[in-house]
Amino acid sequence: MTKNQEVKVIEIKKSIFADNDLDADNLRKELKDKGVFLLNLMSSPGSGKTTTLIRTLNLIKDKLRVAVMEADIDSDVDAVKIKEATGIESIQLHTGGMCHLDAEMTRQGLDNVPMDGLDLVILENVGNLVCPAEFDTGSCRNAMILSVPEGHDKPLKYPLMFSVCDLVLINKTDVMPYFDFDLAKCEEYVHMRNPKATVIPICAKTGEGVEKFAEWLLNEVNNWKKS
Amino acid sequence: MHELGIVFYIIKDVKKAAEENGVTHVNAVVMDIGEVSTIVPDYLTDCWRWAVTKEPMLEGCELRINTIPAVTHCDACGEEYETVRYGKTCPHCGSGETWLLRGNEVEIKQIEV
Ligand SMILES: Nc1nc2c(ncn2[C@@H]2O[C@H](COP(=O)(O)OP(=O)(O)O)[C@@H](O)[C@H]2O)c(=O)[nH]1
Ligand SMILES: [Mg+2]
Ligand SMILES: [Zn+2]
Ligand SMILES: [Zn+2]
Repeated sequence: MTKNQEVKVIEIKKSIFADNDLDADNLRKELKDKGVFLLNLMSSPGSGKTTTLIRTLNLIKDKLRVAVMEADIDSDVDAVKIKEATGIESIQLHTGGMCHLDAEMTRQGLDNVPMDGLDLVILENVGNLVCPAEFDTGSCRNAMILSVPEGHDKPLKYPLMFSVCDLVLINKTDVMPYFDFDLAKCEEYVHMRNPKATVIPICAKTGEGVEKFAEWLLNEVNNWKKS
Repeated sequence: MHELGIVFYIIKDVKKAAEENGVTHVNAVVMDIGEVSTIVPDYLTDCWRWAVTKEPMLEGCELRINTIPAVTHCDACGEEYETVRYGKTCPHCGSGETWLLRGNEVEIKQIEV
């Protein structure tokens, strides 16, 4: 190559999330046609996704046909726990060490789920508050869990995560006395980022409040099916 | 790792753009990266250097990064301010009714061929 060789510039001006956003919208349409609702559940590692899922599945499994997809790092363990505690099978997703799932990976996972007669798939996303917020999975609703030990100011530190979630569960309320967690402040911060978000305090350990989450989920699935 | 994952999305888009334009080799990729996009430019270039060794079309391809300063808009007083310096509270009026105007970008601006 010579130094004075002309450089040709091709303008692209495209967000690297653009293709994924398209994939996600297509997946959502396909799910709508099949009548299968996809819930994307996100949180930091250890906030209680698996524990909450087990409680919730036991409350809704007689009312809806449910399947679970596990993408969290220690997912082998989680899948076994869920099967033992609820009898519900979960599909293992392989993220290849990736810190999030995108719509294409979600679709590949769903290809392994028997969709016939299914009402709901719950996806336990990779434990991470950053990338899962940036990559639309194609889900019908997004939910996240913030646990008390993480602090009530998380919505300020991870604004995008809170702005993409329809539901925020505040878990581990049993340890509230040991942390200076301000529930009212937390709700205020969540609503600053997303005025429409529903906030439900729960304790997955005892099951307290989990019935409200189950109720929210049943409502969302039913309304979505009718829409 | 986050940055490596991002590099794969960039490579996919760049290869697609190159093919659409009938280009066989790309010399440089210019990215616009927002200050609060959560991407660390140094990590991104490190991952890039490793990843392009696997892609003949991108051999030796340079990654140049423009950092886009983050700016927040305040709904209460209508002013704009530096996000990184003041966070979510408007320094002009103290309101928290603020939103990010720019600084979240992860965009491929152009490629040089
Ligand atoms: N004290 C308390 N511990 C909980 C609660 N929910 C979950 N945990 C514990 O938190 C840890 C992580 O929970 P897990 O459900 O595996 O979190 P995941 O990584 O988000 O799936 C486990 O040791 C759980 O027993 C809760 O409501 N209170
Ligand atoms: Mg888990
Ligand atoms: Zn990531
Ligand atoms: Zn202001």
